[in-house]
Amino acid sequence: MSTVIKNKSSVFEIKGNFENFLFVLPALVIFSFFYIYPFFELINLSLREWNGVDPFRPLVWFRNFQDLAYDEVWWKSIWHAGYITLIALTFQNVLAFALALACDREIRMKRFYRVVFFIPPVLSEMVVGYIWNWILDPNMQNGQYVGVVNYFLVKMGLLNLVHNWLSDPNTVLTTIAVIHSWKGFGWGFIMLLAGLQTIDKQLYEAAKVDGAGSWSTFVNVTIPMMMPVILVVVILTILGSMQAFVLIISLVSQGLAGYTEVPVTQILTSMNGNKQFGYACAQAVVFGLILVVSSFALKKFSDRMKQA
Amino acid sequence: MNKYKAANLFQNFFIHAFLLTVTFSCLFPLFWMVRCSLMTNSTILVDKALIPGTIVWHNYVIAWTKGNFGIYFLNSMIYTVSVVFGIVVISSLAAYAFSRLQFPGKNIIFSLFVAAMMIPLPGSFVPLYVMMSKLGLVNNRAGYILCMINVGLSLSILLLKTFFDKMPSDLEDAARIDGCTKLGIWRHVALPLARPALAVIVIYNSLNVWNEYILATLLLSDKAKMPLQRGLEVFRGAHQVDYPVLMAGLTLTALPIIVIYLLMQKHIVKGLSSGAVVG
Repeated sequence: MSTVIKNKSSVFEIKGNFENFLFVLPALVIFSFFYIYPFFELINLSLREWNGVDPFRPLVWFRNFQDLAYDEVWWKSIWHAGYITLIALTFQNVLAFALALACDREIRMKRFYRVVFFIPPVLSEMVVGYIWNWILDPNMQNGQYVGVVNYFLVKMGLLNLVHNWLSDPNTVLTTIAVIHSWKGFGWGFIMLLAGLQTIDKQLYEAAKVDGAGSWSTFVNVTIPMMMPVILVVVILTILGSMQAFVLIISLVSQGLAGYTEVPVTQILTSMNGNKQFGYACAQAVVFGLILVVSSFALKKFSDRMKQA
Repeated sequence: MNKYKAANLFQNFFIHAFLLTVTFSCLFPLFWMVRCSLMTNSTILVDKALIPGTIVWHNYVIAWTKGNFGIYFLNSMIYTVSVVFGIVVISSLAAYAFSRLQFPGKNIIFSLFVAAMMIPLPGSFVPLYVMMSKLGLVNNRAGYILCMINVGLSLSILLLKTFFDKMPSDLEDAARIDGCTKLGIWRHVALPLARPALAVIVIYNSLNVWNEYILATLLLSDKAKMPLQRGLEVFRGAHQVDYPVLMAGLTLTALPIIVIYLLMQKHIVKGLSSGAVVG
């Protein structure tokens, strides 16, 4: 008798479990098709030579990676992305932090600022790139500049600042990085501001009582309390900036070969331009590893800092 | 006291000057875009007045009809609405099960989604494109929609699961005692209660889909199926650039997302803050 009941309940359990599993099934199916399968296919293709149409895809093991090691354009593209990331980490994040500190005070129009600073992040990179490309237009018409930036620089008498920002190899990458920061600082600003607002105000009071000045309060209270949020912002900045490429395509289109390549545009060129799908996948694998390793290293580094 | 007040005033003046400079830099490019969309091909090159002498609206008509932006706009709407609807249904079903229901392998499957969020996969568009062309889903609306659902799935599941975990289950228990099915509880109890989290998911994924470029470029080469981001590029590449019409196209692309943002900015801030905590 008791065994019958037990069996019956386990049958119910299996049926219930299966029913529960059906809830995650749609997500799991889509995820398997569009994430898990491409993940393994990426690694698989990186070990093969393939032009995208040939039914035969010979296994060449690590030859794509060997070629990649000697591909100067590829390593240059990593450096370009690294340069953009460096500017985003310093200029963009310092700006975001300064704005967050300014808006964390009792100050008028706080909400207005907060709304405005997040407008650039909601725009697409395409839109941002085309607007800035037009604003920085270097051409002249009837003796005056078409682009509004150069036009106003002339009007203000800053003639030595008038520049062909996006076609000069010396300035193009910095210009891209600054526009990238313009588009991105709102993210850091909102996250850092949210972080600042969670700091217990009593800590500041206590620091004041102890006779700490505003700078020493900032260094000894604000920064340590903000470390977790800063770390998230830093990691997201690195991941976002290293992979930025739509902004670059829309700012300079095909122009300036040799100065504006970044890893993702290189992967696209290998795939669409040169029809080397295996090589493109090898590039993607190497680039993905670089990203994973650097964000993990940062996480480890910050954990060490926390213990110290 | 007075001295202190004066110093404070001085400080506030500088802070506002700083904030207003940044505000200006955020708004001016957008203002300039709209302004230039209201000019003609000849005045745009020479007239630098903030408000141009003659204002024309026909660039919008040209962009909408001849520039195909009407089609692109409609496509962007279709993609955004269907992807966001798909994500809301699929991710809330999964998140509800991960939070409340029992089945074998639950933890492993959930950690798969979390891992997908943690591991950046640049260039996954290469194998994705290969797979889609094998399946004949290139130049297919449904194919693009499914791809985009996957893009937003992991983060949405994670956010919703965190929300369900914190939500008290009294109401669901009551519904169960009243004989409600699991699916009924999900639909009539859990979903309505999760509205704040769903708002965050809707706004995030809307932004994401509306602004998506790379998959749209690889998967949709048929003009009739392109969304706005891809259409902008086609428009700019095909003609000798007609700047006033391009600016009108940019305005048409940017405006809906700015309006949605202004209407729902509270949820964005909330989502980002909670995202910072989760991360």
